[in-house]
Amino acid sequence: MENPADRKYTKEHEWIKIDGDIATVGITDYAQHALTDIVFVELPEVGKQVEKDKQLCVLESVKSVTDVFAPLSGEVVEANSKLEAQPEKLNNSPFNAWIAKIKIKDKSEVEQLIEAKEYTEYVDSLEH
Amino acid sequence: MYLFDVGQKTALFEEHQRLGAKIVDFAGWEMPVYYSTPLKEHLAVRGKAGLFDVSHMGEIFVTGKEALKLIQLLVTRDCSKLRDGGMALGVMCNEAGGIIDDLIVYRFSEEKYLIVVNAGTMQNDLNWIEKHAAGMDCAIENKSGKTAKLDLQGPNAEKILQKLTEFKLSGIERYNFVEASIAGIESIVSRSGYTGEDGFELYFAEEKAVELWNALLEAGKKFELQPCGLASRDTLRLECCMALYGHELSEKKSPLQSGYGWAVDFEKEEFIGKKALEKQKADGFGGKLIAFEMVERAIARDGCKIFVEGKESGIVTSGSFSPSLKKNIGLGYIGAEFSEPGQGIEVEVRGNKFKAKVVKRPFYRRE
Repeated sequence: MENPADRKYTKEHEWIKIDGDIATVGITDYAQHALTDIVFVELPEVGKQVEKDKQLCVLESVKSVTDVFAPLSGEVVEANSKLEAQPEKLNNSPFNAWIAKIKIKDKSEVEQLIEAKEYTEYVDSLEH
Repeated sequence: MYLFDVGQKTALFEEHQRLGAKIVDFAGWEMPVYYSTPLKEHLAVRGKAGLFDVSHMGEIFVTGKEALKLIQLLVTRDCSKLRDGGMALGVMCNEAGGIIDDLIVYRFSEEKYLIVVNAGTMQNDLNWIEKHAAGMDCAIENKSGKTAKLDLQGPNAEKILQKLTEFKLSGIERYNFVEASIAGIESIVSRSGYTGEDGFELYFAEEKAVELWNALLEAGKKFELQPCGLASRDTLRLECCMALYGHELSEKKSPLQSGYGWAVDFEKEEFIGKKALEKQKADGFGGKLIAFEMVERAIARDGCKIFVEGKESGIVTSGSFSPSLKKNIGLGYIGAEFSEPGQGIEVEVRGNKFKAKVVKRPFYRRE
């Protein structure tokens, strides 16, 4: 699956779509593949203040429990509650299944995110 | 001990890599955890068929005039009832009634038995067996390194295996075995497994592993046979409430508390741990193994605490999403007074308590 160029990425395998001061966050195809079947999502509460590189939410596959780290600091303004009933959406369409929307606190953090091309090269380097 | 830092590999390691398996360390062995995904492999075994490389497990042969005497001393179950070609699941206990290992005893004849044990406990088991065999008229032969073991499990297992043998497999009843040629390879074939489905466990010479593995995958193509890793093996056994050593079972647990009461034959004259277990039976024992299902949204995992009415009362030993039931399930130990099905409990996951309830074992039984 190609990494869409309309958004930014982290080396923690998250994608971030920036719209004004709102960042929509999800996990990449590489991430869902590595996690295998996601069967449980513990979403962040709306209103929660998250810090860059600290826990945003928890994803559980059949065999593992994985923290997803916030790619940016800010306030969680929305969480995708549909994922609670259908966590498999994260496997089936990772680039549509967003997890949370964060109101960006510090715009300079956006500059630390990487472009699709650089992320794709990074993933390729992991696979070889 | 630098040389032993690298995990041991089964004869099929390169085949697993070729199939794109994700490899993990398990009990010192580099084993496939999944090839496709754990969920797909689990459902393949329930619906079609799955093939597992479990060559890491231990095979110990006991032969001689006093072979049965030794086995009767070591194993809590009465193995004198076995006929040739019969097998029994059971446990081996220490003097205090703690479980040294869970195992399978295969009887070839009155003077020849095979004991199949877990990989992680094999050396310890062997030491224990040899210690008690001293002075007895019997020989112990550890064939663990030289024996490959493949488990072919699922509703299509018989159809697949039948393509590779002249032996009429429908004649083998559950928990019985034969010695037969499979794809030209001399094998021990038992109708048994660790998944709750119909299926076979195959034991044969390690150097034939690649040949038989590929013959089975080829014969299984028409029957949607899926190579399966340890992840699905774990969720399959969990749904059937089959205990796993290191999780439900340990030297700190007795068969009476861990759901193995049926494997303790008190009528048997003597076996190691008998006195301690008789005392437990009379006086009661601490925690008891329960199966539970989550009522609130959370997955319990090994080590999570169990609460009853706010008071810490037990611990989870295995927990997962159940692919067959689409529920979150688990096994754990709890005070015996709270172990009846229907009992409400709470399980602590990441600092929060979630409602769950004790249910009847097993979660899953094949129709």
